This record gives sequence, C-alpha cells and structure tokens, in this order.
Amino acid sequence: MSEAPKPVVIDTPVTLTVNGTEVIAQKGELLIDACERAGTYIPRFCYHPRMNPVGMCRMCLVEVDTGRGPALQPSCMLECGDGMSVDTESDKVRKAQDGVLEFLLINHPLDCPVCDKGGECPLQDTTVSFGPGESRWVEEKRHYRKPIPISETVNLDRERCILCDRCTRFADEVVGDPLIHFMDRGANTQVNTFPGEPFSSYFSGNTVQICPVGALTATPYRFKARPWDLEEAESTCAGCAVGCRITVQSSRDQLLRYNGVDSDAVNWSWLCDKGRFGFEAVNSEDRLGTPLLRSGEALGPAAWSDALAAAATLITDGLARTGPEGFAVLGGSRLTNESAYAWVKLAKGVIGSDHVDAQLGDGLPADVVVGLPKATINDACRPGGTIIYLGPDPKEALGVLYIRLKHAVVEDGATLIELTPGRSGLSRYATASLVYRAGEAAAVVESMLSGPGATTDAVGGVDGALIDQAAALIANADGPITVVLGRPSVAESAATIVDAAALLHDRLDGVRFLSALSRANVHGALDLGLSPGLLPGRVRRSDAAEWFGAAWPTVPASDGLDAAGILQAAADGKIDTLVLLGADPLSDFPDRELAERALTGARSVIAVDQFLTESVQRADVVLAAAAFAEAAGSTTNLEGRITSLAQKVTPLGSARADWMIAVDLADRLGTELGLETVEEIWSEIEELSVLHTGVTAELLALPENQHGVVVPLVWPASALSDGDVTEAEAESDGETEADGESASAGGDGSEGEASSAADDGPETFGAPDPLAFEAPARTEVPAVDAYALRLVTHRSMYDNGTLVQHARSSAGLAAPAVARLNPFDFDRTGVADGGRVKLTSGSRSLVIEAVADATIPRGSASIPVGAANASVFRLIEHGSVVVDVRLEAVR
Amino acid sequence: MTDTVSTGPTSSAAGPNIVSSRWDVADAHTLEGYRASGSYTGYAGLQAALALAPSQVGDQVRAATVLGRGGAGFPAGTKWGFCPPGVWPRYIVVNGDESEPGTYKDRILMERDPHQLIEGCLIAAYAIGAAQVFLYVRGEMAHAQERIAAALNEAYAANLVGKNILGTDFSVDIVLHWGAGAYIVGEETALIESLEGNRGMPRLKPPYFPAAKGLYLKPTIVNNVETLANLPWLMCHGVDAYKAFGSEASPGTRLVAVSGHVKNPGVFEIPQGTTTYRELFYDDRYGGGIRDGHELKMFIPGGASAPWFFPEQVDLPLEGRTVGAAGSMLGSGAIVVMDDSTDAVKACLRIVRFFARESCGKCSPCREGTSWEEKILQRILDGHGRPSDLELLLDIADNISPGPYPVAADPANGVDAVPFPPRQTTICPLGPSSVAPITSALSRFRHEFESKITKRNLISVGSASAPAAEDLHV
Repeated sequence: MSEAPKPVVIDTPVTLTVNGTEVIAQKGELLIDACERAGTYIPRFCYHPRMNPVGMCRMCLVEVDTGRGPALQPSCMLECGDGMSVDTESDKVRKAQDGVLEFLLINHPLDCPVCDKGGECPLQDTTVSFGPGESRWVEEKRHYRKPIPISETVNLDRERCILCDRCTRFADEVVGDPLIHFMDRGANTQVNTFPGEPFSSYFSGNTVQICPVGALTATPYRFKARPWDLEEAESTCAGCAVGCRITVQSSRDQLLRYNGVDSDAVNWSWLCDKGRFGFEAVNSEDRLGTPLLRSGEALGPAAWSDALAAAATLITDGLARTGPEGFAVLGGSRLTNESAYAWVKLAKGVIGSDHVDAQLGDGLPADVVVGLPKATINDACRPGGTIIYLGPDPKEALGVLYIRLKHAVVEDGATLIELTPGRSGLSRYATASLVYRAGEAAAVVESMLSGPGATTDAVGGVDGALIDQAAALIANADGPITVVLGRPSVAESAATIVDAAALLHDRLDGVRFLSALSRANVHGALDLGLSPGLLPGRVRRSDAAEWFGAAWPTVPASDGLDAAGILQAAADGKIDTLVLLGADPLSDFPDRELAERALTGARSVIAVDQFLTESVQRADVVLAAAAFAEAAGSTTNLEGRITSLAQKVTPLGSARADWMIAVDLADRLGTELGLETVEEIWSEIEELSVLHTGVTAELLALPENQHGVVVPLVWPASALSDGDVTEAEAESDGETEADGESASAGGDGSEGEASSAADDGPETFGAPDPLAFEAPARTEVPAVDAYALRLVTHRSMYDNGTLVQHARSSAGLAAPAVARLNPFDFDRTGVADGGRVKLTSGSRSLVIEAVADATIPRGSASIPVGAANASVFRLIEHGSVVVDVRLEAVR
Repeated sequence: MTDTVSTGPTSSAAGPNIVSSRWDVADAHTLEGYRASGSYTGYAGLQAALALAPSQVGDQVRAATVLGRGGAGFPAGTKWGFCPPGVWPRYIVVNGDESEPGTYKDRILMERDPHQLIEGCLIAAYAIGAAQVFLYVRGEMAHAQERIAAALNEAYAANLVGKNILGTDFSVDIVLHWGAGAYIVGEETALIESLEGNRGMPRLKPPYFPAAKGLYLKPTIVNNVETLANLPWLMCHGVDAYKAFGSEASPGTRLVAVSGHVKNPGVFEIPQGTTTYRELFYDDRYGGGIRDGHELKMFIPGGASAPWFFPEQVDLPLEGRTVGAAGSMLGSGAIVVMDDSTDAVKACLRIVRFFARESCGKCSPCREGTSWEEKILQRILDGHGRPSDLELLLDIADNISPGPYPVAADPANGVDAVPFPPRQTTICPLGPSSVAPITSALSRFRHEFESKITKRNLISVGSASAPAAEDLHV
C-alpha cells in the first residue's frame, strides 16, 4: 500500500532476524514497520501507520519465534523485541496469506472494470503479489444496494468493503467524528452511518484515500478518470496556512484529484475536505479567463495589452496626483512566495508606497506574527509537551492542525490549555478549556500566569478554580511551552490578543509561538514584506531601508497603513489607486460599512483575481490571475516552512501568474523588475531576504527537503551584530529547526546546510537585523454592558469564502448565518428559539435568526462569518475593542 | 413468579452440593429463603470473610485452587493476584453471559440462588479491594435478571450491599447490566467493551489480562458466575473441606449441563475431575442412560466449541487436563449427548451456523470463513454438494485454525489424539471453535457427508430443485 512507515528514531535498538537477515529496529516499533524499513514488505489492509493497529484483516500474519517456537502472529500488533526471529515467507505464512486473501475476495464483487479504485487498488495489488490465484467460492455473494451516499462527497459501496476498520477508525480516533461504524455482525457486518445522520465530517475525504478497496469513493472524482490516465505532481495545499503536502493529479490538462502526502512535519497524509476538493474551484466555470475593462457601468473582456495599459495609466495618473502615498495594495495572502515578492518589489521598490497589507484586518499585527520566537507543529505537538491555544477554532479554520493537536493530547500525552471565547472543536480534548469573555483574554492570561494558588476569583468570565488548574498545569509543565496564537474572534480587537501574547512571551521562560493565522500563504506574504512597515525577511522597513535601497529602485520613505488604515484613507478620498490583490474587502473585511465607503472613495480600483467577487465587480480594471496548480512557485506555512508548489495544468484562458502581472505592470510603468522566471525570483529572495539566506533552490531540491525547509536556517551572523537577546533566540531557532527536520527527514542535512550558510555568509554583510517583538501598551477593555451580549464571530470550514463558493462540493455546506445564544439569554431577553432578532451595536444593526445553544457562554452571541446579505461584518465597527450587541425580537 | 423454566431434575442430592444445595428449595431466591436454607446461614461466608484481612481471603481462595468455571479453568486466586498493586479503582465483572449452545448452568445459579452469587461477589470484592461489581447477565435471561434484581434490592435493604456493609468500613456497589444478545460477549474483553457501551468485540492484546487494564482501563477481574458462587461455601467450610471434593489438580465440584439423548438431562453438581462421562450418562443419579433403543454415537464434552468425543472416550474423567490431552476440552461444562439417530452433517451444520451468526465480524478468517463453511454444509444437505467440498471444508478450517486441529483418538483407524487447544489466525477462539464440529464429524463420519454428496447424483432432473424433505430441516 502507498503508506510508508512512520519515520523512527532508533535510540533503543533491538536486533531481530527477518528471513535470516539481521535487522536493527527501535524497541517497541511495530514489526510490520521494521520489516518494511528493512526491505521486507508484509501485506496488510487494516494497518495504517498513522492510526492505532487493530489486527483485524489478519493479512499481515507472519511466523514469529520469541523463544517458544514459531507461531503465526499479526505483525501489525507485535512490537519488536530483542532476539525475535521472524519468517515472512514460510509455507505456513504463505498458506495463511492465501487463506486471508481468499476470504476477503469471496464476497468482494470483483467489479474492478467499473471501480474507481481499479488500477490503484491495494486489494488488487495484494492479490496479484500474495494471493492464491483462483477462488474456490461457488456460493452467492453478499449483496447490498450500491453505492449509498453517506455524505455530500462520499459514497459507500458495502459490497466492495472488506471491513478493515480504516475509515471507521479514522473517523473515531483521528478526527473524533465517530459518525460511521460497524453494524450487524458476522458475514453481515457492514459499515454505515447512524440512521438519518450523514457522515458530515470535515475530513470525510480521507476515508476515500485510505480505503484499501473501492468501497468509499468521492463524488468529485467518481468515474472521472482511471488511475493510469492520471499525471501527478507533488505540491502544497493552498486551502489554509497549515500547508499540507498533496499530490495534484490531472488528466487531459484538467485537475481531477488531490491526495494527501505523508509529511511527518505537517499533515501525516491527512487533508481536510475543503483542501481536498479545492480543485473544484480551479475548475469552476466562474473563473476569469481574460482581463476585464470597465466601460461605463459594465466590465467587458479586454486584451491583456489594453488592460495592462489601462492599469498603468491609472497608476501613473494617480502617482502624478498624489505621489506614492495615494497608491495602496490590499491582499496577497493567496499568492506564491515569488508572486508576493514581485508585488512587494513593485509596490515598495518601484512605486515606493508602504500602504500594503496582505491581511484584511482579521489577523494579527505583522510584527507579532513574525517577531515572536517560532515553533514548528512538531515542537508544539511534542509528546508530553504543553500547549497553550489562543486562536480560532482549529477544527474550523486549520483542519489538519486540529488533527495534529488532538493526536498530541489524546495519544501523546500533551497538555493542552485552551483559551477561547466559545467552545471549539478542541475543547473536549483540552486538559483545561478556559472560555473567556471576548476581549478579556489578556486578563485571564495574566491571572493564569500569576501561578497556582494566586487567585480564586473569576477573571474575564472564567471560573477561578479553572484558572488555578491551568496555572498549576503551567507550573508543572515539563519543558518549554508552545503557544498557538491566532485571532480567536474578529469581533474582539487584535490588540487584546497581542496583550495576551505579550504576557505569555514575557512571563514564560523559553516559550515559543506557532502562528494560527489561517489564510493560505499569509505567512509567506508577511515574511516577504506584504505588510506595512516591513520589508522582505522579517525586517522592519526602518532597519532595512538602506539594504533594500541598494538593490531596489526605491524604498518607501515612511511606514504605511494597514488594511483598516488603507480602507479608512480610501473612504476619506486619500487613496487614488487601490489594488485588490485577490482581496474581497466587501465580504472579508470585518467592517462591511467601512469597506463599502472605501471602494466608493478610491478614485480607481485595480483587481487581480480569479473570480468576479463582489469587490472585484467594483474595479475599473480586472487582471485575470492564474489559480492554484496553474503556476509554479513556493509557499510558506504557519511554521515558516517553505515548500514547493507545482504547476500541473495550463492557466485558464489567458490568465497569468500574479508575479507576471507585477512584472508586466512595472514594465508599463517604465521600470524593469528584473524578474523573468520563478527561479530568478527565488534566487533574488535568497540573496536579499536575511530570513531566506541559504535556502537556495538546490537546498530545497534535496530529497530530504521534499517536504520543505523551515526558515530561517539560522539568522545570518552579520544580522546579529548587536543584542544578546536576538542572538540567543537565533541560536535556539536553529535548534528548533534542526529538531524539526531530524524528525521529518531523518538526516542532519539541514543542520549542516544551516551552519555552512552561517559560515560563508559574506553576502549578508550589512544585512538588517530581524524584527523582534515589542509589547505595545495594554489595551483597555470596556466593562461588560449588562444589557448587551458580547459578540463572538469565527470562520467555519465552509465559510462562503471565494474558493468554497466556487467548489461544487462545498458550496452547499456553508454554515447558515444564525446567531447562537445561550438558552439563558433567550429567557432573559424574551426572544424565541428560531425567531428573528435585530442585533444592534452603535449605529449598526443586523436582523438574523437566533438559535439556542447551550455551549455558548452566557452573555455572548456567536455568529459565523457567512453569507454577504447577513454578514456579521455589518455589525462590526473596525477599531472597537469588543462588540457589544443589544438584542430585540423582530415581530 | 414461579419457576417455569424446566431444567430437568437437578439432582442436587446426587453428589456433593457446594453451589446447588438450595436449588430445590422453593423460595431460596429470596433473602429469607436463602438465610433459612442450606447447611449454613446465608451470608455467613461474607461474615467469615470480613473477619479476615482481604489478603487472607485471597490466600484461602488460592490455597483451595478454585478453578475458573467459565471454560478456561484458570485458578481464580491466581487471576486476582494479577491486579497491579496500588492501582485503584479496581472492578469485578461477573460474566453471566452464558450463551454457548447446551450451556445453562449459570442460568440456574442465577435464577434459583441469586443471593449465593451476590455473596460470592462481595467476598471477591472484599478480597481484591473492588468498590464496584458489574453483574453482566445475558440479555435473553429475563428470569435470571429479574431474580438478581430482586435479590439485589433485598441485599441493599439489608445492608449486605452498599455502604458500610454489616457495620464494617467495607463498601461495595453491585450493578446489574443486561447484555444485548451476543455470544462473543462471553469473551471477557468483548464483555468489557460491551459494558463500556461499545460494540462487543474482543479487545486487542496485549495487555493480555484485564486484571492489568480492563474496564475503563482499570484493573478488572472477570469471573464466571459459578466461580463466585463457590466462595460463600468455601469461606464457611474452609479450604480442606473444599479440597476434600474432586481431584488434586481440580478440587471442588463443578456444574455440568447434560443435554441431548439421555433419559434424564439436567444440570448436575459433580466432584471435579473424578466423575467419568460414563457415570454421567448412564448413572441414575445423573443422565440415567441413553434413550431406549439407541446407542451413544458421539458427545460434545464441553460446549459447542469443543471437538467431539466418541464411545471410545466415554470412560475419561471430567478433568480439564485429561480431556485436553484427549483432544477436546471441558470448557463450560456443557455436555451434549447424541445417539445413533443423529445425522452428523446436520449436527455439524447446526453448530457451525451458530458460530457463523455469532462471529463479531472483526477478523476476516472468522467473519468470512465461518459463513462460507455454513453455506457449503447447507449446500451438501440441500443435495448440491460436490466431492471436492469436503477437502474445501477442511482447508477453510485450516485457514481459520492452522492444523493439526485437536481430535479424539480413533484406535480402530490408527488415529492418535491431537491435544487441545487449536491454533488460530484470529484474535479470539470463536472462529477456530467453528472448526471443531467439522473436523470431528469428518474424522468419523465422512461417509455420511459422502453419501449426501453422491445422493445428489440420484436426484432426477425434474426434482432437482426440490430436495428430499428430510434434508430441508436441520
């Protein structure tokens, strides 16, 4: 089967004999893995290296002698021990394998010619390699209705099922959605959902990938291709910032399937359904295949030359009127690293404007994201480690990170302290789940960090005893603590989360942070300077102006505005040309009213996008961008891991890679960016960005770096000319990196490369120092308004985002926009469950259905980010610390 | 409620009666009846135990070599000792999921003398320090459940169960749990899964003993109903009195349920290890002889999963090791006697079908193999058998339980006994159990299979789809 054994570190070696050959294995390693690593593949169906063994299929029986004579034993259940003698090819083993395969095949329909799995089917392959060759079965086979849909995307064919327990174990153990299970018994055993309850898991597609037969098939791929017609390339999913490794598979220049690849550092072969079926958005009929140009009220197709000329004219005219201060770029988290750099170079290095922000007011300030000491996912999920989670519900926002964190807690004994304004998918696994009143995370953190026994009073809505429990967990933590930091709710200001982060950074020795921002390549965009006040390489503009001034035509003279500032300036008529770089502020910015005024106030809007979003429809020029898998490059995940993105299909129509658009625009503006290919851009990044020093194309191409390299390898020595703190951090950063990589690649290649990069770093002489986090002044949180509910809003997995809307399978799954309130607050406010309510905050209001939900803390209202017409962003005034809403029933 | 369940003469007067002394007493299932009857005062055993230190109670049970009566015959005292020291809480789970065809000894114990079982639970709980006992009773045994529930209520009211029992600081709760009707739940790890609310499937091993990690992953002792029912008597009468019965290796008595073609079927309490099958079948105290006009053809010496014995084995004593060496097992003490009127193929199908339907579906060989065997046997009986089917049956059997499979000696044909237990390609022994009737029947009565297969050739074309009536109902 395709799943390779988990990487293993051998620190307690045991010696066993496999078919007469000595094999060194780690004590406790499963025999089936040790044999495979030693080159002896043992056939199996139920065993999956990323799940607990069940010993169900009995295909992996081998003869094992532990001193009491040889006996048939399932190698997936047996841990390697010293002196074990294993025979995987004896007559008895062959007989048992023949027997089990015959058993599995007697009721299997053998409809391989019409089965999606045919050609890549472990049952087929194993039968050919290990099977008896013919069946002695002459009875009637088992029959079931085939197939039955068990979710929006997954079909179940029970006739093909060999009952290996992979899908059911996955649903239960890996993701905690036990919605499919065995029913009945004996030969009538079948997998099924519970009556009337679909397999509505965000991760259901994984069951299709791990099914060893064609029992589970995915609707988006069903009957689309045969495996031998597929071409594939390895890439990184762009669905969110986790950066799961995938294979992109296509046939006849059309994307047909993504499969998860086992990257030990990141996704362990798992994907969420949003990512897995994301190729549907690339194939969407709504894609823009040509540039559009406004003539009067309407946007009409245009030639690239005309569209680029029009855009250049708008920019040139704007610069003539207002100078670089009137030019702003919003968005860019969708871009590849190379495209992000090209756009930074265009905006900051050619035009000279620092009004650039890849985030849309729903993340955290860039200096927090890039300036805090960083941890990898493996660091955070260290067995027995301690994790403080302060971010969005990971099950909704960062699906596979949720899987990793759950595994760390449930299987590896990690301690998880969750701080959340509402219950999350992780809450049931958390050692302590502190549900705080939105806006008051910092107060809770402060109380928690005062040590055990320091408080008995409730703080920020959290019971004193619970805070004390968390304090004790922190006090007893074994080793450094990892904070997973993101924006729990966009209805509380980022400043309140920054305050909490500052406290954690300040008070916890050796603490490291794993970012939980969710937009695909937002970390790459920030690392490459798509943010006000930053330049490529996690450096401040003020520190690096000289360095980049030497390489670029110009650099901005002062720090620019962030997304909110840009929109406010546009609303005030101060922005002449607003570039929307894959941004849709009307539906994405957490203040719908401000976004409206900004798009009206900007003199001209240039959009670079794949779809005609609500905001793009307001543009004067629309430049059609190539989508995922249509352009090569690299991406950076939330750890700072650089991985490759493959081009697998030709861009739709005449759509172009984002970096090409930047190069063409610069050209029209009279400046050559000097960037001709993706490789050229990367080598300029490697040369100029201190963060990426040493991360050469050659290094990235090494087999052990197949699943990426975490930057920085080490900060260049010259970038650390002063400041002990920075030096210490850089040193430990290097250690983290080496640890992470040794787990994934099993080699010390990256460490070696890292030190050599530091040794021969003359080119980094005079380079800017990396930005270090500085705590801002503490934000005052308004007192609770006893007559109002505090608003919490979060993104759900299917959030009506652009890509979700245009992926056929997920379009219908968006969470309905309803306000969830604690039943207590229903009684208090006289609103009926399921009734419509008017929520008012200041001058803004929203009419929405209200639903009772006992998991919502009293005194708060939870609304998911949803459809535009009921967008919770209509209630939020950007800049407010918290959003308190009054509630009245609508008759 | 009156006893409507016919168990046949229970013959408690026939031999020693450690556990069966009150079976014939009308109201022995009530606390009053329990206290009034028998050779000692009800709950005296508990009082005797409470007078000792818990470890001393364990020592007595160990010294008496109280063997587990569920089938495996593992010494209960030794099992108790597997609890890792210092790990709390600990549980006792009583396996009352008796459901092998022919087995009904525990049912009688639970229906007719529930207080004896409760007292046994209390003694065991005291010995190992369990604060909770789970009484898992087979779902179909409604009468037993009702009797135990009523007895538990009486015992709670009398402060025999619950907090500070009989004024001591010993407290224990007993929870009655009804099974949902799955034979495999009689396997102790599957029983624990079922108790936890999961699908009843055997747990993965290791850990091999629930004593280390059992219910809710806490140390758990799973004991059979009959095993615990022995404890009150043992505590009252002492180790020597207990060991006075039975053999050196298997002291005490045991219950056997004799069913089938004997004149007097029923549950009998016999000294362990000394009584022979001949006595059991022919002695008037027990079976009273084979039905008139018939002779013994074969018998199952210890439950449906035991390989069959034949007249040659009838003089063997009911003693675990002897029976094991002879190629079968004593198991749960269910003895099924079959006389010469029995069709070996039908008997074989009847038992194989039971295992096919009760397979939990976990291991491929058991799930697919048992139902395949059932289909082939049914086909042979339906007159559609093929000569190759017999070798196929044996080879499927071999793929579930890699041979040689335990078999009784057949001196006439120069076949030596293959001792118990069988090997298995599965997690638990259910699948291999289905092999017992096949290898047993084919070893002695191959000609019966062959005649059914050749008979098929005699069916005329016109009636091919209508096999003879006697072949239809099994």
